[in-house]
Amino acid sequence: MELLLNITIYLPILGVLAILATRNDQAIRWIALFVTTATFALSIPLMLNFNAATSDVAHYVTESGSLIGGLDIKYIVGLDGLSLLLFMLTTFMGPIVVLSAWESVKKHLGGFYSMLLILQTGSLGVFASLDMVVFYIFFELTLIPMYFLIGIWGGSGRIEATIKFFIYTLVGSLIMLIALLFLGFHAGDAINAGVFTSDWRLISGPEYHIGLVEQTYMFLAFALAFCIKVPLFPFHTWLPYAHTEAPTAGSVVLAAIMLKMGTYGLIRFALPIFPNAVIAFAPYLAALAVIGIIYGALVAMVQKDVKKLVAYSSVSHLGFVVLGIFALNTMSVQGAIIQNINHGLSTGALFLIVGMIYDRRHTRMISEFGGLSSVMPVFAVMFMIATFSSIGLPGLNGFVGEFLILMGAFNSDVLVSNWFAIIATLGVILAAVYMLWMFQRVMFGPVTKDENKILKDLNAREIGLLIPVMIFIVWIGVYPSYFTGFSEVQVEKILDQSLEKSETVLLNSRSEELPQWAGKFYDVTTDMAATLTNSEK
Amino acid sequence: MELLHDINLYLPGTIIAIAGLVVMMLSAFNADHKTVYWTSILFTAVALVRSFADLFVTQTEVFHNMAAVGGIASFGTFIILTGTLFTLLLCYDYFEKVGNYHSEVYAIILFATVGMVVLATATNLVTVFLGLETMSIALYVLAGVVKSDKRGIEAALKYFLLGAFSTGFFLYGIALLYGAAGSTSLADIGAVTEKGLIYWAGVSLLLTGFFFKVSAVPFHMWTPDVYQGSATPITGYMATAAKSAGFISLILILSRALDTSVEQWSEVFKVIAVLTMVFGNIIALVQTNVKRMLAYSSIAHAGYILVGLAAGTPEGYTAVQFYLFAYTLMNIGAFGVIAYYERYKGADLTELDNYAGLGFEKPLMAVVLSIFLFSLAGIPPLLGFAGKYLVFAAAVQADMILLAVIGVLTSAAAAFYYLRVMVYLFMKPAVKDIKLAPVGGIYTSVIVILALLTVVLGVMPWTIADILATF
Repeated sequence: MELLLNITIYLPILGVLAILATRNDQAIRWIALFVTTATFALSIPLMLNFNAATSDVAHYVTESGSLIGGLDIKYIVGLDGLSLLLFMLTTFMGPIVVLSAWESVKKHLGGFYSMLLILQTGSLGVFASLDMVVFYIFFELTLIPMYFLIGIWGGSGRIEATIKFFIYTLVGSLIMLIALLFLGFHAGDAINAGVFTSDWRLISGPEYHIGLVEQTYMFLAFALAFCIKVPLFPFHTWLPYAHTEAPTAGSVVLAAIMLKMGTYGLIRFALPIFPNAVIAFAPYLAALAVIGIIYGALVAMVQKDVKKLVAYSSVSHLGFVVLGIFALNTMSVQGAIIQNINHGLSTGALFLIVGMIYDRRHTRMISEFGGLSSVMPVFAVMFMIATFSSIGLPGLNGFVGEFLILMGAFNSDVLVSNWFAIIATLGVILAAVYMLWMFQRVMFGPVTKDENKILKDLNAREIGLLIPVMIFIVWIGVYPSYFTGFSEVQVEKILDQSLEKSETVLLNSRSEELPQWAGKFYDVTTDMAATLTNSEK
Repeated sequence: MELLHDINLYLPGTIIAIAGLVVMMLSAFNADHKTVYWTSILFTAVALVRSFADLFVTQTEVFHNMAAVGGIASFGTFIILTGTLFTLLLCYDYFEKVGNYHSEVYAIILFATVGMVVLATATNLVTVFLGLETMSIALYVLAGVVKSDKRGIEAALKYFLLGAFSTGFFLYGIALLYGAAGSTSLADIGAVTEKGLIYWAGVSLLLTGFFFKVSAVPFHMWTPDVYQGSATPITGYMATAAKSAGFISLILILSRALDTSVEQWSEVFKVIAVLTMVFGNIIALVQTNVKRMLAYSSIAHAGYILVGLAAGTPEGYTAVQFYLFAYTLMNIGAFGVIAYYERYKGADLTELDNYAGLGFEKPLMAVVLSIFLFSLAGIPPLLGFAGKYLVFAAAVQADMILLAVIGVLTSAAAAFYYLRVMVYLFMKPAVKDIKLAPVGGIYTSVIVILALLTVVLGVMPWTIADILATF
C-alpha cells in the first residue's frame, strides 16, 4: 500500500513525459484522461483499506532516512484522517477536470495538460506529506502550473490576475518558510537531540511545547500563509481575479483543491502545534471569517458575471470553513473538514457549469441569458442540483457541513459570543438569495435573446463528467457519517491534545518572564487553564 | 621533489594554466576555431574531473602553505571549473554566429580561470592578491572582447577603472594586516590577539575590496554596465565563476583569518546583505532589458550569499558553497538561453519587448529558460530553492530572523521580475517576425543538461550537501 500511495502521487507527473513525447492533440487528451483516471482508480483502495478507528495514526507511511546531513528532513508521506478525504477529492477531480477542457482548450494542448498533471502531483503531495519541508515543497510546486494555466489559457485580464495570484501566495508562504525553519530548529533543540526536525508527527506530538511568545510569532506566520491561500477576508483580493480569468479547468482546480490547502494547513499545522495562540486568536480569526461570509455574499449578490458571482461565493463559503476551524470543538472542525469537500464538489460543479455555458455563448453576463431551462433541460437539472448544494439545502452535501459548523460555533467554548454563529447563519440566507436570484435570471422567464434559442443541451461528455459530482453531492447529503467517520477519531484526539498542551504551556509560563503584551494577551496571571478544563467538563 | 609533489596535489590549477599556454600557442599558429575550442574543453574537463576527485582527499596545504587543497578550496575549484566548462561549451556557437571570433578568447578565459582557482584556494594574502589580479586583468580584456561593440569597450574600460580602484583598497588592506600580524598568512592573521586600529583598518579595507569584486551594494556600480556590455556567455562566466571565486576566497579568509572577530564583521555583513538584497531586487524590478535585469538579479543573489556569510557559522559557509554551485548552474543556463535569443542580427534581442511570443516559437528554449528563472526565484523543487533554504536556515539558526525575513520578502519581489520574462515569452502575442538563427546540437544539449541538473539536483539536493557536510 505504501508503494501504491507513492505511485498515485507520482503517476500524473510521469504522464507529463508521455504527453511531451506526443504530437497528436487527440492522443494528448486521451493520455491525460487515462493518467488521471488511473490515478483515481489506484487511489480507491487507499480509501477502502483505511481504518477509520485509527485515523489519528498515519496509514501507508513511507519514511526515508535523513536527507540532508545536519538537518533531519525526511521524505515522509502517508494518509490520516485529516488528509484522506482531500486526497481522494483531488484524485476524483482529476479526470473531471481533464474532460472539462476536452473541447474548450484548443491551443498548446500539450502544455495545458502537462500543467494540469504537474498540478495534480503537487496537490496530492501537499495532502500526503507528513514532513513539513516536504509539504512546503509541494505547496510551492503547485504555484508554477497554476501560474501558467491562468496566464496562458486565461481570459483577457489573465496576466495581471496570474501575477497577483503568484506573488500574493508566494509572500505568505515565504514568511511561513522562515517560521517553519525556526520551528524546526526549536523543535530540534527540544525533542530531537538538537537536530533540526520537520517531522509533523514529532512536532505535533504531546511532548513538544512551545513558549507563548514563539507560538504567537510562528502562528501568525503560518496563519498568514494559509489565510492568503484560503483566502480569508481581507486577504481575498487575488481570488476573484484569478477565478474569473482562469480557464474552466483552472477555476475548478483552484476552487476544489488549491483553496483547500489553506484550510487544511490551518487544521493540520496551526491547531496541534500552536494551541495557545490558536485559542487566543480564535475570536479574531472567527470574526474575519464571519466578515468574509457576509462580505462575500453581499458582493456576490451584485455581480453581473456568473463566474465572478461563484468566485465571491467561494469567499463566503470558505469563511464557514475557517469559522468551523476556530470554533475549536469536534463538531465544528468535523464540519470544516466535510465542508472542504462539499465546497470542492459544489463550487467545482458550478465552475464546470459556467464553463459549459461560456463555451456555447462566449459570455458569462447574467443579462445575456434568461429562460435557458426551456432550451436546455438537462443543463437546468444539473445547474439546479449544484445551486442547491451550494446554498446548503437539506438532503444535499452543503447542508451537512454548514449545519455542523454552525452547531459547533454555537456551542464553542472559545468563541464565547453566540453572535459569530448568528451572523454566520445570516450568510446562509444571503447565499440562498444570491444563488437563487442568479439561477432565476439565467434559467427562468422567457427566452429574450435569439442566440439563446438555438443553444444545444449538454452532450454525453458533459453529462458524464457532471454525474459523478452529482452522485457525491447527494451521497454526502444523505449519508454523511460515512465521510465524517474518516476524520472523527483524529479530530477528537488533536483537539484534546491541543487543549492539554495549551494548559501545560500556560501552567509553565511565568508572567514575569514574558513581555508585557504576551502576559496580557494570554492572560497568564489569572488561571485560564483551569477555566478551560471546567467548561470542557 | 616537494615542488613536483605539490604540483601533483594542485593539478587542476596547473592543468588550466598549461591549457591557457597551449591554446595561446595554437592561436599563434592560426589553428581553426574548432581545434582551439576542443583543446580548451578537453583540458578543462580533465581538470574538472580531477577537482571532483579532490573533494574526497584529506585537506592539506601546498607550496609552503600558500594554497589549500581539499575541502572548501577544492569545492571552489570544482564550481569554477564547472562554470568554465559550460561557458566554453557555449562559446563556439555564439562567437561563430555573432561573427567576432578571436581565438584569444579561449586563452583569456583559461587564464582568468587560473586566477580564479588560485584565488579560491589561497591561504595567504599574497596568493589571494595574485589570483585576484590574474583573474581581474583577464576579465577586463574579456569584457571588451567584441571589439566592434561600443558598449563592450565601455564596459571594459569601466570595469578596468573601477576594478583598479578597488584593488587599491585591497592592497592597502593587505599591507595594514601585514603590519598588524607580521605575516600575510591567514593562519597567522587569525592568531592576532592585539587588535588595534591597524588591524581593524586592514580588515575593513580588505573586505571593501572584496565587496567590490562580488558586487555588493553600495560597491556594485560597475556591475550592470559591465554585465550588459560584455558578450553574453562571458557575462554568464563573470557572474558565476568569478563571483564564486571571490566568495570562496572570502569564506577562507573569514573562517581562517577573521574567525576571532566574527561578532564585529557579522554586523557589517548583515547591513551589506540587506542593502544588497533590497537594492538589487528593487532596481531589477524596473529593468526592460533582460541582460541588465539579470545583472541586477546577480547583485541581489550576492545579497543572499552574504546572508549566509553573516551567520558566520560552519552551516552558513556550507550553505554559501551550495548556493554558489546552484547559482553557477542556473545562471550560466539563463545567460546561455539569452545568448541564444540574441543571435539575430539587426535588433537588440535582449530587450524584453522582443521576447513576446517567442515561447511557443521555440518551446524547448523557452521552457528551459523558465526552469532557470523559477530556480533563480527560489521556487521548489528546483536547485535555487535548496540553496535559498540552506542559506536562510543558517541565518535562522544563527538567530538572525529579521535578516531572513527581509531576505524572503525581497525574494518574493524578485519573483515578479522573473515572472515577467515568462509573461512575455508565453502570454503575449508576438509583435515582430523574428527569425532566430539555427543553433548547434552541442549548444542545445548543454543548455538542456544544465536545466536537467537544475531539476534533478533540486529534487535531490543531498547529493551535493552530503559532500559539503564532510568538509
